[in-house]
Amino acid sequence: METKEKIIEKILLLVALSSIAVLGLITFFIFEQGLPLIWKIGPKAFILGQKWIPSKGLFGIFPMIVSSFLVTLGALSIGIPLGLACTIFLCEWSPPSVGTVLRPAIQLLAAIPSVIYGFWGLVVLVPLVRNYLGGPGLSILSGSVILGFMILPTIISISEDSLKALPPSYKAGALALGATHWQAIWRVLMPAARSGIVASIILGMGRAIGETMAMIMILGNAVKMPTSFLDSARTLTTNIGIEMGYASGDHRQALFATGVVLFIIIMLLNSLAIFLSRRRTG
Amino acid sequence: MVYRTRYITQGIAKVLIWMAALLTIGVMILILFQVLAEGLPALHSRFFLDSPRSMGREGGILPTIVGTFALTVVAILFAAPLGVGTAIFLREYTRESRISRIIRFGTDCLAGVPSIIFGLFGFVFFVIYLNMGWSILSGGLTLAAMILPTIISTAEEAITGIPPSYREVSYSLGGTKWQTVMHTILPSALPGIFTGILLSVGRSIGETAAVILTAGSSLMMPTSLFSPIRTMSVHFYILAREGISMKMAYGTGAALILLVLLINVVANWLLNRYIRHRA
Repeated sequence: METKEKIIEKILLLVALSSIAVLGLITFFIFEQGLPLIWKIGPKAFILGQKWIPSKGLFGIFPMIVSSFLVTLGALSIGIPLGLACTIFLCEWSPPSVGTVLRPAIQLLAAIPSVIYGFWGLVVLVPLVRNYLGGPGLSILSGSVILGFMILPTIISISEDSLKALPPSYKAGALALGATHWQAIWRVLMPAARSGIVASIILGMGRAIGETMAMIMILGNAVKMPTSFLDSARTLTTNIGIEMGYASGDHRQALFATGVVLFIIIMLLNSLAIFLSRRRTG
Repeated sequence: MVYRTRYITQGIAKVLIWMAALLTIGVMILILFQVLAEGLPALHSRFFLDSPRSMGREGGILPTIVGTFALTVVAILFAAPLGVGTAIFLREYTRESRISRIIRFGTDCLAGVPSIIFGLFGFVFFVIYLNMGWSILSGGLTLAAMILPTIISTAEEAITGIPPSYREVSYSLGGTKWQTVMHTILPSALPGIFTGILLSVGRSIGETAAVILTAGSSLMMPTSLFSPIRTMSVHFYILAREGISMKMAYGTGAALILLVLLINVVANWLLNRYIRHRA
């Protein structure tokens, strides 16, 4: 009996290490495939290089890094106000009838496959941008709008958790001192839940940088430095997604190297978000 | 005066927040409406039961349905035992310790890894290194890695919700830890675990980037675990992006949305019925 229990505990420990093992394998294989090329052409030439012409052996991803950040910035400028407004609405102001519509709506936003978002952007949003604002329509602007909605569920669910975790006395105290409901929300509850809210935004950022399929369909994928929000662009993820299907040799390694850069950015964001949300609970 | 401005500010904030909430609901409805309105007319029985002809311009989507189903089953078969086992270990076998902190950190990190990275990993590891080729098995294993964090966190939540008295009764009757887990914890946590699995099924069905790099995009009917396949999402993506057939793209998109809707409704129902209810 005793030994059986001990064996089971050891097996469960091994099972529990599976996610660490997977993370380790991913890190190892992405770096193993991508690093040689980065060393071959030099980290500086790879990260700050302006030209991506695989047939000539030119692998510079700087325009893609810039595009990734621009699209993410655009998505956040839509996702943050909208997400926080929905969070406040859900936690504080929604009449039960509207809340019962909004909550499933947000869950559905999370469940809709990214290709559907991409498709909707392509057939609805892209023509609108092309006709009313000019340019090719397949643009950073269209991508940002779609991404803004795609990251809403992440921002809302995590900031909602941190608002709900506050002791009720915070709100009661503010109201008792004569604050209006809005003042209590804006000056007491939101600042108190700050680290959780910031964590939710960082995770939303990670999702935006990592999104691939929707962006392939909407951004137009031009390999050049974007000069305006109406320009077509290619991000780190779409670069991998588009060319992986036919790349080989150095070209394929360069795509893995793109993955290495993406992976490092994401891991930094993840660690920051985890650190912030730990501090809240700890 | 001061009294009034405070209430004006509050009024403005209230209007803005209402607008944001309605906008979010509106956009969700617009997306669903657009795809369903154009796609539903294409959904007749032949669409589901025929194989595609001429790259998907004609015929139906049967092989992609089979492919999606096979891939999802493989993913769940691998991820569910590992995920539930991890949750049990974290909740029943250790308290907050160094090892549990490391495991949680790994799980949280894994949850944030973008699907294209899973795709790259699956491609070098399963497709090339382990020589499984573009296949149901490669794709399923890649998806399993991707959904593992979801299954772990929902199972953990389900186990946390079980009142301590359940365990105490089991121990007081002389049950060992493992007996308590098997006969008390798991049965009570089952609805929650199942909800997590359903949500993961939804994610697997909708995933495209990781699947296209590991399971391929063959339109043939799969014959074994080592057959390459094309899932519904990948099919939808290829039809739409390469402009093969808008009509078929809308049809496939509508089928995808209906499937995901159904999964979410059931998952929510379970969640409300068994979990929030008890808490």
